[in-house]
Amino acid sequence: MANYYTDHPEIAFHLEHPQMKRLVELREKNYEDAQKGIDYAPVDFEDTIENYRRILEITGDVAANVIEPNSESVDLEGPHLENNRMVYASKTKENLDVTRKAGLYGVSMPRRYGGLNLPSVVFSMMSEIISASDAGFQNIWSLQSCIDTLYEFGSEEQRQKYIPRICAGETMSMDLTEPDAGSDLQRVMLKATFDEKENCWRLNGVKRFITNGDSDIHLVLARSEEGTKDGRGLSMFIYDKRNGGVDVRHIEHKLGIHGSPTCELTYKNAKAELCGDRKMGLIKYVMALMNGARLGIAAQSVGVEQEAYNEGLAYARERAQFGQKIIQFPAVYDMLSRMKAKLDAGRSLLYQTARYVDLYKSLEDIQRDRKLTPEERTEMKTYSRLADAFTPIAKGMNSEYASQNAYDAISIHGGSGFIMEYKSQRLYRDARIFSIYEGTTQLQVVAAVRYITNGTYLQVMRDMMAKTSECELKSRVAPLIDLYEKAVAYVNEANSQEVHDFLARRLYDMTCEIIMSLLIIDDARRAPELFEKSANVYVRMTEEDVCAKCYYVMHFTEADLASFRAE
Amino acid sequence: MSLKIVVLAKQVPDTRNVGKDAMTAEGTVNRAALPAIFNPEDLNALEQALRIKEQNPGTTVGLLTMGPPRAGEIIREGLYRGADTGWLLTDRLFAGADTLATSYALATAIKKIGNVDLVIGGRQAIDGDTAQVGPQVAQKLGLNQVTYAEEILKVENGKATIRRMIDGGVEVVEAPLPLVVTVNGSAAECRPQNAKLVMKYKYAACPLEVAEDDSRKGLRAERQYLNLTQWSVADVDGDPSQCGMSGSPTKVKEVQSIAFQAKESKTLTAKDEDINGLIQELLNDKIIG
Repeated sequence: MANYYTDHPEIAFHLEHPQMKRLVELREKNYEDAQKGIDYAPVDFEDTIENYRRILEITGDVAANVIEPNSESVDLEGPHLENNRMVYASKTKENLDVTRKAGLYGVSMPRRYGGLNLPSVVFSMMSEIISASDAGFQNIWSLQSCIDTLYEFGSEEQRQKYIPRICAGETMSMDLTEPDAGSDLQRVMLKATFDEKENCWRLNGVKRFITNGDSDIHLVLARSEEGTKDGRGLSMFIYDKRNGGVDVRHIEHKLGIHGSPTCELTYKNAKAELCGDRKMGLIKYVMALMNGARLGIAAQSVGVEQEAYNEGLAYARERAQFGQKIIQFPAVYDMLSRMKAKLDAGRSLLYQTARYVDLYKSLEDIQRDRKLTPEERTEMKTYSRLADAFTPIAKGMNSEYASQNAYDAISIHGGSGFIMEYKSQRLYRDARIFSIYEGTTQLQVVAAVRYITNGTYLQVMRDMMAKTSECELKSRVAPLIDLYEKAVAYVNEANSQEVHDFLARRLYDMTCEIIMSLLIIDDARRAPELFEKSANVYVRMTEEDVCAKCYYVMHFTEADLASFRAE
Repeated sequence: MSLKIVVLAKQVPDTRNVGKDAMTAEGTVNRAALPAIFNPEDLNALEQALRIKEQNPGTTVGLLTMGPPRAGEIIREGLYRGADTGWLLTDRLFAGADTLATSYALATAIKKIGNVDLVIGGRQAIDGDTAQVGPQVAQKLGLNQVTYAEEILKVENGKATIRRMIDGGVEVVEAPLPLVVTVNGSAAECRPQNAKLVMKYKYAACPLEVAEDDSRKGLRAERQYLNLTQWSVADVDGDPSQCGMSGSPTKVKEVQSIAFQAKESKTLTAKDEDINGLIQELLNDKIIG
């Protein structure tokens, strides 16, 4: 039987990474849950990894045999509005039912609340698997990760009240965007006022473009400080659908991810609870929420990269023209090999990022119970910084790669790719949003640029080079790093902010490609049978791109901007 | 009401996706080349049992299977989906059983389990396709039976209400407990394995499996639910002469390996004589009638 996990050994490879030992050790805290008698808790490292494998197998099974077969019908039907409530497509309900019965909720939560205590690495694997079967359903399923923010910043009472409900399969949404507050969330206007009589907060206003907006439990960004105009007047609230007060006014008609309902919500005196401290909503909590969500989109993207590659490959193997299968033509296998290289390198970047997130978050969690040792504190700081630096590159690059792979899958299909009966067109439509929501690629560049200019990434590259054993590919990456260093220095020396901003994207692309080259070289060393070809192809792509971009950057001056300005 | 349910399940070679190695040169099933799976209609049966459990608190669902030690996997798969327990009938004396000897062994085990309210099995297994075992178990236990069930709608006041498939439609019947039900493949699909249950039971094994691999010995000593029940002929007080080969009157006389070959096509017009001719031909070949 088809299984999205076992059919792609490239995923399981990332469970074998040397850092997994430390990661599991921190996550399982000396296997204390098993000692407390929780019968599904692991007893040692091997047992933990075995649990991960088993859960991924269940996910792969459900994805291949239920969610994927439902995906076309979900795409055609989509959700609809009924008496101010959102109603999922009928097969989406089936997907929810099956994933609940499989127990795939509360994935990241501690076992004491009924969760599975899985790290981001495994959550990301489940995400990419579900996304490969239906990207729109992945949105609904993976929004459960909003509970991480409630766990981190909510009170113990709120944890006990809400986390078990998420573990049982209730859904979530994060209500941030408003008509006038998109990328610029400081402009959020939804009003939160304290109701002295009922001793609770009340929300009034409108939210727009809310994914899964009619969910059971919402995290809401609202203005609690009257008279303020910026991010410092915003707080985070929990709205429980059981209390009522929020209606769905409209469901958007979108280009893709049709199964994922995008809602416009009206809040009419909706009862809500404050989550964490007042005024920290945007500054602290939404930042945490967004980082988690960005990793989720990176995983969603990798799923579609894989599925687009699979579609392209299957068609190229089957379709014959001019007396041979089209996969034999260089123009076609060039496309396929680049798709696979982007997929393998992008996936490697995703899991490197997820490991960094896990390592620092596990230490942060331990810190809630006891003081960290100085070594542990240093470790946490290092990984926290790396997670911050890697999240915008993992999200940005993979979201672009997903669209590129879907585009190439259609090219390989020729005219058939343009026909609605083939899956490639859906992947193409679905992928387009990945580089837009949770921060456009342009905003990922903004998030990454300070790590470019302050040399964080360069240091990462140097460290990776030092750890990589000598090989031909490594010696080819070395001069690219030198070129990169010169290009960064050139931009840093330019004393025009506009030049900085203008060239940032090119520096960002170079950064990502060099780091991904080093990752895939290491993967190929550990598993040549899986990654050797991709490593060769990816390094060649990086040579082509870094040289061109470096040339572009080094020959750019402030005066050139005039030709580019649209107005 | 709380009920005691036994689900009959069989480990079978996956004959649905056969490759060129599916048959041996002698014309028998090449079990080594085909993955061993949970018989599909037995999964439909398990789902019905689990639904009754959800509707009737206190109900227990146990899987009964007969096979080699590796058939312990059937019990684990049941536990992963929400069953409470299981019994593996394994003994060289059980080997080579036809449907009669199989139903004798299962009926004997059900007696041993005792006080069973409902026995639910799949209509038939995909290796033998006989559909005889369920009804024979009912006969041997002297119980009522409902076959071709699509849904057990409810179990109340000692009676089960069941929708079953009949030629050209469905009918709803009521039958008193204890009862044997065989479930059709058109019934609801079985729920998936559950993450927590898989983590909990993944090292569950019967003694003969542990004899092969005892890597989690300590854990099994600590967690009793990881030790699956394994019964021999003697354990269920069975009569060896009615078990396995010696209890199987079925003898294979001859096995023919049939290769389908495309023949010439025949064109028929809409004239009455052509249509009558075709019907006559199909009747003569016993394809219809």
